[in-house]
This record gives sequence, structure tokens and C-alpha cells, in this order.
Amino acid sequence: MTILAARAVRKSYGGREVVAGLDLALARGECFGLLGPNGAGKTTTLRMLLGLVPPGGGDIALLGHPVPREAREARRRVGVVPQADNLDPEFTVRENLLVYGRYFGLAPALLARRIPELLEFAALEARADSRIEELSGGMKRRLVLARALVNDPDLLFLDEPTTGLDPQARHLLWERLRLLLHQGKTILLTTHFMDEAERLCDRLMIIDQGRPIAEGSPRELIARHIEPEVVEVYGEGAGAWLAANGPACCARSELHGETAFCYVHDPGPAMQSLRGAARVRFVHRPANLEDVFLKLTGREMRE
Amino acid sequence: MTGTMPVSRAWIAVWRRNYLVWRKLAAESVLGDIVDPLFYLAGFGIGLGALLPEVQGVRYVAYLAGGTLCYSTMMAASFEALYSGFTRMHVQRTWESILNAPVSLEDVVLAEWIWAASKSFLSGMAVLLVAVALGLARSWTMAFVVPVAFLIGLCFSGLGLLVTSAAKSYDFFIYWFTLAITPMMLLGGVFYPVTGMPGWVQLLAQVLPLTHGVALARPLLLGRWPDAPLAHVAVLLGYALAAMALALRIFRRRLAS
Repeated sequence: MTILAARAVRKSYGGREVVAGLDLALARGECFGLLGPNGAGKTTTLRMLLGLVPPGGGDIALLGHPVPREAREARRRVGVVPQADNLDPEFTVRENLLVYGRYFGLAPALLARRIPELLEFAALEARADSRIEELSGGMKRRLVLARALVNDPDLLFLDEPTTGLDPQARHLLWERLRLLLHQGKTILLTTHFMDEAERLCDRLMIIDQGRPIAEGSPRELIARHIEPEVVEVYGEGAGAWLAANGPACCARSELHGETAFCYVHDPGPAMQSLRGAARVRFVHRPANLEDVFLKLTGREMRE
Repeated sequence: MTGTMPVSRAWIAVWRRNYLVWRKLAAESVLGDIVDPLFYLAGFGIGLGALLPEVQGVRYVAYLAGGTLCYSTMMAASFEALYSGFTRMHVQRTWESILNAPVSLEDVVLAEWIWAASKSFLSGMAVLLVAVALGLARSWTMAFVVPVAFLIGLCFSGLGLLVTSAAKSYDFFIYWFTLAITPMMLLGGVFYPVTGMPGWVQLLAQVLPLTHGVALARPLLLGRWPDAPLAHVAVLLGYALAAMALALRIFRRRLAS
């Protein structure tokens, strides 16, 4: 069953096309990742899908409701984790959940039952009466996730959910998100952390300048767009090594500063030549989603 | 179909959010609402009252009570709609989080409007309480001051939200206070009648909404019936609705970008 469908969605701001024709279809229970560099149009897309920004063109159906016309009805069954923490600093942890539940028109008795469950899910039972400013970054993020679950949604929108978190906090959040997927919730995730997308998502779409440039499962994308293995070479000698051995050893290569990326089907020749090379360090690893991402969107900074 | 209606009952949940914040500091807030006009009326009443034994046939302090009620209501509405409203819309991103729930922008703006009016209404009622306690208001006509205070609250909350809708930062509010609130305080008939002033000043005073609030509240507090009450109500309501209609347009454009 399609839980979210978008067709030919576009949006321009002041003549600049931010989203230039996007098609999406999310099946119930899957995790779909929307990846792209900063400014690729990820957040604008999410805001259009939620009915917060009118699309410049195209059709959107969110949980069967046409958006933006019936966006409010559709949002009854949706939870949102926004990019920036916008918890209510005037309230305690518990009050944040209570007040947010009221926006959904949830009955006081239902909220009284659900709030302790959400606190447990977010591992914040001991912090129920703390003020928001007393929480760590990871705790705030977990509370934002708990808040997004207050209406027991079918579909979750997560906009860069782990940006700014330390590794412990990220792993804890990922574990919770996997738990939600096991419970049958559908997730639409935007991120620019490729490991996050690879761990959580069943399907991905990479967008750049508002256009889709690749779509598929993480494995498919790696298999389709890139050689299976990578030898990364660092150090002053990396450039010289690549110039001398690249054509013979690498199926494809790139040099950035003092790092050479040698993409290979068979790492044997490259590894052999590197053992004798001077002033280099190297690592051999399987190709990952980040390699695909960088190949497709380029390595220059996006600001 | 509720999905296509711009306003729903969700606005009440947003109003309650602001009320819950207020309730945490309610004791301090109510104390300020009462003590402030008490000092005001006592100070000006005794100080100026000694120089001006009577204004328009009543003791100066009794004359001042009606003006103070309107002025306090205006100030409370303005501070809430400007500073607190801007904080919730822009600084704390409270609106953004609310709008991800099944709440429309119209719900949020309506809630902010009614909330700021409610809070300022409380300030107005505190002045009424002080006026009664000081024996300055004795007639049953003062019952009509209750809806008038709420109307003044709606008027200045609406105008305040219009200013907030266009604000980039808190600094912008200086313009409103300097160019609108201060002239209203001086020309709106709060402290003295404008009837003795030059014709153009009186004309200007008639344009200011506070003048119409004072023209309603003062006589009602003193046990008289205001002249042309419906005209004054219409001006206050007109300002309120026009400001809200325009504010909503600006908020829509601002939050959809």
C-alpha cells in the first residue's frame, strides 16, 4: 500500500528552481532516505509533502489525502522530527509531550497513559520534570522523536535526525528508529550521513539541485554506480603514486589534496605496488554509499 | 470537510499552551497587574490631584482611572503580541513545531490574537478592581467596561501582531512604541482631555484607536453613558479586523518561504 505518493512536484523561489520535478512513492513499513548535499531541496520537499509550503506544481497524496488541500487531516497520522530542535523551552520534558498531544486533540486520559510510555521509549523517565535547557543534545533529540510519536503516527518524517550528536547518542537514536520500523511504522528520512542512510533505509533517492539523480536500495546503488572496492592512499607521496600507478592499477581514480581514491574491481595490483611506495599510508575497503554520493554529486563544497 | 476549513478547534490547544506558560508565573503577573495601576493612580491622583481638583466634573483620580484602564490594556496587549509573539514565531520556533501537528497557520494566529487579548484583558480587569477598591467606580455601568476592555485588547493585539508579522528582529518594535503607542498615550485622552487642544490635534486623536477605547471606558466607569458608543466599538473592531486580515497575509507569505 502506498502511504505517500508525489508526482512531478516542483517549487521555485524567486525564479530559482529548488525542486525540479520529483516523484516519490513510499510503501507502508519501509524506510526511505532522501539524500543530497546542502541546498539540494530536501527540506523544501519535506515541507511541501507536509502541506506547509504550497507546491509550484505536481500532485501529492499523504496517507490518502490530497496535499495541501487536506494537509491538516493527513498530519493527524504523521510525526515530524525537524532539523532544528524546537522543543518548548518554557516547559518540562513531560509538559512538552502533554502540550504537543493537545495539538492533535488527544484526550487527557489517552495522554496520561501514553506519556509514560513515550518517556520510557526515549529513556527519559528520570528526566520527566527537567527543563529543556538541562538536557543534553542526545536527550533533546530523543524527546523530539518521542514528541513526534505522541499521536502514534503511521508515517514519520525525520529531517537530519542525528546532526550534531556524538556517536553514542547517534547509535541510541538509530536503535530506536529500527524499533519503530519493526513496529511497522514508515519512515521518510533526510540525511547527509551516508552511514545513517545505509544502516536504516530500504530505499534511497539521491537528489541534487532539486532533481533525482539516482534511486534504489543501498546495495543496488553501490553495485550500479561504482566499483566494488576502494584503495585510499594518503600522504605526500599519494599524488606521485597515483600518477605512476593509477592507469595500471585503478579502474577509476580521483585525487583530492593529499588523498588518492583508487576504485578497483581487483585490489591486488594496487596493494602490491603500494607495499613498496614511499611516504604513503593506505587503506583498502569495500565501496560504500558515500563513494556513490560523492561520485554523483561531486566533491566541491556546497554552501 | 474539516480538512479544508482554515480554522479548527485546534486553536484552543495553542491558546492553552500560552496559558500554561503564563500560569507558571501567574502570581507575579497578577501582582504586577494590580500594584502597577495602584501606584499609578495613587501617585498621579495625589500629585496632580492637588493641582487639578476637578476634571470634567469629577476628581482627577477618578478621571484618570478610566484612562489608566485603557492604557494598561493597550500596553499589555502590545508587549504580548510584539515581544512574546515574536519570540514564539521566530526565536523559539514554537509556531514551526505547532504547524507540524494538525494545526493551521490560521489556528495559530487566531490563538495568538485571542491569547494576547485575554492577557491584556486581565490587566484591564486589575485596574477595574483597583478603581472599585479605591471607590472610584461605583455605578452598575462599570459592568460594560468588562467587554470594552476585551475589545481594546483585541484591537491592540491585532495591531501588535501586524507589527510582529513584518518584524525582522526585536529592534523593529521601537518604531511601533515610539510612533504609535507614545502618541496614543499622549493624545488618546488617558491623562487629560484633548478637547482643549488645536483642531488638527483633535482630528489626529480621533484617528487613534485608544481615543475610542477611552471614550467608552471612562464614562462607563464614572456611571455615565458614552456618546455614540457603537461608533467607538466599530472603530476598535475595524482596526482589529483590518490588522488581523493584513497580518495573516504577511504571516502566510513569511511562513511558506
